[in-house]
Amino acid sequence: MQACLFYLFAALTLLCGVLVIANPFTRNPVTSAMFLVLTIVSMAGLFVLLHAFFLAAVQILVYAGAVMVLFLFVIMLLDLKEEERRKIKAGAGLLGVAAAGSIALVMLAVIRRSGVGAGLAAPSVEGSTLELGKKLFTDYALPFELISLVLLVAMIGTVLLSKKDLK
Amino acid sequence: MTPVGLQHYLVVSVLLFCLGLLGVLVRRNVLVIYMSLELMLNAANLALVAFSRFNNNLNGQIIVFFIITVAASEVAVGLALIVALYRRRHTTHVEDLTALKN
Repeated sequence: MQACLFYLFAALTLLCGVLVIANPFTRNPVTSAMFLVLTIVSMAGLFVLLHAFFLAAVQILVYAGAVMVLFLFVIMLLDLKEEERRKIKAGAGLLGVAAAGSIALVMLAVIRRSGVGAGLAAPSVEGSTLELGKKLFTDYALPFELISLVLLVAMIGTVLLSKKDLK
Repeated sequence: MTPVGLQHYLVVSVLLFCLGLLGVLVRRNVLVIYMSLELMLNAANLALVAFSRFNNNLNGQIIVFFIITVAASEVAVGLALIVALYRRRHTTHVEDLTALKN
C-alpha cells in the first residue's frame, strides 16, 4: 500500500514537474504555475509518506497557498501575451537536456554505487508538531529568531523595490 | 514489490532537481526560470526529509522548515525585482536583458 502510494505520488510529482518546464500545448506561464502547484501538492503527499506531517501541512499552506498565489498575481499583473510566440532554439534545448541529463546520471550513479541507506535502523522518527516545536524552540531558538529577521528584511526590500520611482 | 527505501526518495529528488536545472537552462521567461528554481529547492527539501526519516534524526525537518521560510522571502523579493524590471524594460524575457553586455 505504502509502496503503491509512493510510486503514485512520485510519478505525479515528476510528471507535473515536466509539465512546469516543458508543456507541449502551451507556453503560458499561468499553466506552468498551475502545474507547479500540483507538483507541490503531490510532494506534500510524499512528505506524509515520510511521516513529516507538519511539513506537509506547511508545504501546502506556504508554497501552494502563499507563494504560488504571489506568482499568479505577478503573472497576471504583467501582460505577457507577446512572450508566447518566441521559440526555444533547438540547439540550446539539446544542450540543456544534455547538461541536466549528465548531472542526473552522475548523481544517480553516486546514489546507486554508494549504497546509501543500507544498514540503517528501521525508521521510527515521527515529524509530529509537538516534537518539531519542542526542538524548534529549544535547540533552534536562535535561528528561529534570526529567520524572522530575514522575513522582516525581505518585507522591507519588497516595499522598497515596489516604489514607483525606483532609483 | 521491494520496500520503498531512502534510495527511492533520493532518486525522485535527483530527477526533480535536474528538471528544475533543465528549466533554468532552457526556458527564457524569467517567471518560468523562477518556478524552476522553486522546483530545485523543493527537490532539496525532499532529500532532506527523506534523510531525516531514514536516519531517525529530526534535525533535517527543522532545516526544511527554515528552507521553506527563506524560499518564501526569496520569492517575495524576486517577484518584486521582476515587477520593477518589467516596469522599466517592459519584458520578462532574459534575452532582452543585455544592458550589461559590452
